[in-house]
Amino acid sequence: MPIIRFNGDAYECPTTETVLQTLLASGVALPYSCKVGICHTCLLRSLKGRVPPAAQQGLRENLRLQGFFVSCLCRPEDDMDICLPEDTHLLGRAIVVAKDFLTPRICRVLLEPATPLYYHAGQFINLHRADGLVRSYSLASVPVLDRHLEIHVKRLQNGRMSNWICDELQVNDAVDLSGPHGECFYVSGNPNQALLLIGTGTGLAPLLGIVRDALYSGHKGPVCLYHGSHEYAGLYSMDLLHGLVERYPHFHYTPCVSSKPSRHTLVRAGRADDNAFADLPNLSGWRVFLCGNPPMVRSARKKAYLAGADMAEICVDPFEVTDLRRAPRD
Amino acid sequence: MTATLYEQIGGASAVEAAVDIFYRKVLSDDSISDFFETVDMAAQRAKQKAFLTMVFGGPNHYTGKDMRNAHAHLVEQGLNDAHFDAVVGHLQATLRDLGVPTGLIDEVTAIAASTRDDVLNR
Repeated sequence: MPIIRFNGDAYECPTTETVLQTLLASGVALPYSCKVGICHTCLLRSLKGRVPPAAQQGLRENLRLQGFFVSCLCRPEDDMDICLPEDTHLLGRAIVVAKDFLTPRICRVLLEPATPLYYHAGQFINLHRADGLVRSYSLASVPVLDRHLEIHVKRLQNGRMSNWICDELQVNDAVDLSGPHGECFYVSGNPNQALLLIGTGTGLAPLLGIVRDALYSGHKGPVCLYHGSHEYAGLYSMDLLHGLVERYPHFHYTPCVSSKPSRHTLVRAGRADDNAFADLPNLSGWRVFLCGNPPMVRSARKKAYLAGADMAEICVDPFEVTDLRRAPRD
Repeated sequence: MTATLYEQIGGASAVEAAVDIFYRKVLSDDSISDFFETVDMAAQRAKQKAFLTMVFGGPNHYTGKDMRNAHAHLVEQGLNDAHFDAVVGHLQATLRDLGVPTGLIDEVTAIAASTRDDVLNR
């Protein structure tokens, strides 16, 4: 009979029973609702052991790769070590190895974790300050290409963490981090699929990682990146991106400025999402990544879906809304 | 034994074929889209799937009480007969798009219509 290890205890799981049934019958309090695999409230994560394919049916590929499964559909055939999704949020220490400014308001920080962080380009980490303040930052780095973790921190008015990072954090300082989190990342295996990436502000950070990950992994389909900023001064990493355009003919980069018609010839006027959907009215079969300003992400997700993209192919990372970003800024 | 409505329509694969057509129609209709837009669109799509499974006569766990509870906050926001009719209209159009025979569409419509009082909390 397969053995389920969870929270330091072991449970025998008869092959006729689901993981959820076994744990509930043993008095473990787990969140669940529909018990038929629709609501995903009972999502758990496998740390070790094979997950039966039926338990990942309907989950998006990113979650499947990370070992998430629906416990009410999981009838284990082998032993499994499992945990609640949030149990993987372990703290690690990292050293600041470099810090510079990409724009007057956006600071780039390179971090070297004490133990290597296993992550996908496009995921985010939570940065913990010694006094307990926590904020989420997307990773702009790519594990196989970059030695250090790279984050882009936008200075927010009255933002306690962002101003501290911009003004006080020094090279060689240590910070604590947890993660990685997030399911907004590139998955290989469909190299001819067309990719649309739309980001506003530092929403470019995860997209830089995803774009480089895809291109260096040999992605063949078109990769279309739209970066939006209110002002021209908010656009950044343009040289890097124009360099990628030179090198990869199937990579398209469209920087957009929404505030006023731009004098810069290589910059489009208007919002990044409006330009993208005007250029690409049919997104059937596309994979879409949306990062940054939450109202933009929400409205672009709807537009992408209405333009024919599958819901499961739309990856979103609304800044300051999900997870810790929901916390009010003071 | 005659096939059930759910089997005649095509079961789970018919639901899968219908859900995106249906949900896109609903989201494109400005008169009702506000009721269907949430932060978690994937969860909302799953709800539409459950709804279609039910009106196609498939296995479901809906009760009248669930329907009432699920829609109570929308009724407070003004959900009324006109909105309900619009949704049923999109349901019928979805089935026509998929080439479902008229007789089956009528059966589905009857199931959907039977939820009216629960959905509108009357």
